[in-house]
Amino acid sequence: MTAYIVRRLIQAIPLLLGIVTLVFVIVHAAPGDPTAMYVHPSVSPEVIEQMRENWGLDRPIHIQYLRWLRSFLTGDLGVSLTQNRPIVSILAERIPNTLILSGTSLVLIFAIGIAIGIVQAVRQHSTLDHTLTLSALFIYSMPSFWLGLMLILVFAHKAHLLDWWPAALTFPASGMTSVDYDLMSGWGKLGDRLHHLVLPSIALGVASAASVARYMRSSMLEVIRQDYIRTARAKGLPERTVILKHALKNALLPIITLLGLYLPFLFSGAVLVEYVFAWPGMGRTIVDAISQRDYPLVMATSFIFAVMVVIANLIADILYAVVDPRIRYE
Amino acid sequence: MSAPLLRVENLRTYFHTAEGVVRAVDGVSFTLGPGETLGIVGESGCGKTVACLSILRLIDPPGRIEPDSRISLRDRDLTAASEGEMRSVRGNEISMIFQEPMTSLNPVWTIGDQIAEALRTHRSARPAEARRRAAEMLRLVGIPNPEQRLDEYPHQFSGGMRQRAMIAMALACDPSVLIADEPTTALDVTIQAEILDLLARLQEQLGMGLIFVSHDLGIIAQIADRVIVMYAGQVVESGTADELFGRPRHPYSEGLLRATPRVGRRMRRLSVIPGSVASPKRWPPGCRFHPRCPYAWSRCREDVPPLPGEARASRCWLEEEPARRTGGWDELALAEDH
Repeated sequence: MTAYIVRRLIQAIPLLLGIVTLVFVIVHAAPGDPTAMYVHPSVSPEVIEQMRENWGLDRPIHIQYLRWLRSFLTGDLGVSLTQNRPIVSILAERIPNTLILSGTSLVLIFAIGIAIGIVQAVRQHSTLDHTLTLSALFIYSMPSFWLGLMLILVFAHKAHLLDWWPAALTFPASGMTSVDYDLMSGWGKLGDRLHHLVLPSIALGVASAASVARYMRSSMLEVIRQDYIRTARAKGLPERTVILKHALKNALLPIITLLGLYLPFLFSGAVLVEYVFAWPGMGRTIVDAISQRDYPLVMATSFIFAVMVVIANLIADILYAVVDPRIRYE
Repeated sequence: MSAPLLRVENLRTYFHTAEGVVRAVDGVSFTLGPGETLGIVGESGCGKTVACLSILRLIDPPGRIEPDSRISLRDRDLTAASEGEMRSVRGNEISMIFQEPMTSLNPVWTIGDQIAEALRTHRSARPAEARRRAAEMLRLVGIPNPEQRLDEYPHQFSGGMRQRAMIAMALACDPSVLIADEPTTALDVTIQAEILDLLARLQEQLGMGLIFVSHDLGIIAQIADRVIVMYAGQVVESGTADELFGRPRHPYSEGLLRATPRVGRRMRRLSVIPGSVASPKRWPPGCRFHPRCPYAWSRCREDVPPLPGEARASRCWLEEEPARRTGGWDELALAEDH
């Protein structure tokens, strides 16, 4: 297993190199450069030209690429051109925030999706099944940023205007913490963070949860018809054990594939949701970096996203072997 | 004979589908004594498997055991038992093994866990205790290195070994009835013989009643004490294995026996019963076998023949008018050749 993981990680190197090269080409092909930020009637064209020279933007593109690659490979991610601080410190600040948000969403997606899928499969063709199917399709059709805005409108804005609305169902509309966060006790801080997580993680995850539920339902229905389920019943096991032990583990196999597929989806979704909820994560950083043509920052953030996707797929493949004894990696 | 262990009376299992009622099992009765082997024979689709699953009440909707059916284990009426009571019967007092050992074991749990599970459920055995007993069961069914094989998964077992494991699982709680639904059909002939020997030996050793379902008359002749022949959801003939195979009375049993190749009997070709089992949605009127029967006359098309309640019985009008037993399968085969 360890040998397999090491091999997979080595195989990821050319892949990641390809990705950063592609990103480099695309971002440089876009019109404009970082100096556009500084264009102003009071700034003379000579100064702009000087900046371009200082940042090496006057060199041919392949030279720029090789220079960037050399420093990247030596572990130097460079300095953000717009924020004027080392990219490493920006990432160190932003990555955990994004991981908190997408991690919470991921747990939510699979916990809710799998649970609903099981219930639907066990109660196939019931009113509950049909209702859940319909709501899943409805939710699945909503874009995350729009859902985010609606959640803010209802649970953050309107909720404050209605007297009868329970206080427990009002949530902050933006940010990760309240203004008085630093004055709170340990548990209070945790509660405050969770409180801020509710709306963005729902906005980010609920559509994917709906689709996981769809997959889980059909996977479960497929498994329930198998001979070994009949064997389990013939053994006199309670229905709970039949479903949650014998059927579930088999039905989870196709769902693991979704884990690898949804993570990139989650990161790109996070870009929009972080914007809507003013969440100080990677998503906002990357969007700002792209629109300001902050080349080194774009390169660094897209590299980090690529690494996360590679790792997610590796985790999915390892989980296969954990769930299915027939799969062995050498 | 001692009091029956299992008594099935007028079992009717219907599937209420949108296209109509499928009468898969339609009035089947039989008894099984302790230590006895009852063979159930019939073509695919005649209701053998549904009848077996009905005994354990493992019929999924839209299937249903119809109200006046009665299944009793010793003195308990299983048709009236609650679902919880049924669970304590399944795998504990009545066990079942299935046709496909390749798909009947759960691929993602170890063999040991799947055997021990029944013990943990029915005997509230502690994990270590259940494991010890599981190893004992594997040894009993002739699996070498049981301690080590407990931790293996079904895909690491061959077909014959899996069926042995299934038997070990079924017998773990010492059931008084074992239902074997075509347990050897999916196996090689040599493995078949081994499994049959094993079942016969275990039955003798444990003194349980065995219901052995097969479409293979050779196997039934080998293992069964008494036999019932099923056709179109009903019992058409019953008797001891010797009676039935020596002198079949129902034209269907006669046809089945003729369709079985035998060593030492030269045949120009293997005879078959023409046609196939009718659709269970619309059984033929009168005798259900009449469209395929070489003796059929007008009465067979109109009146339903009864099955007398005796141990040796045949559901056929020939019982009342034996003079009509002329020509039959030989003539039919001859006519087909020309």
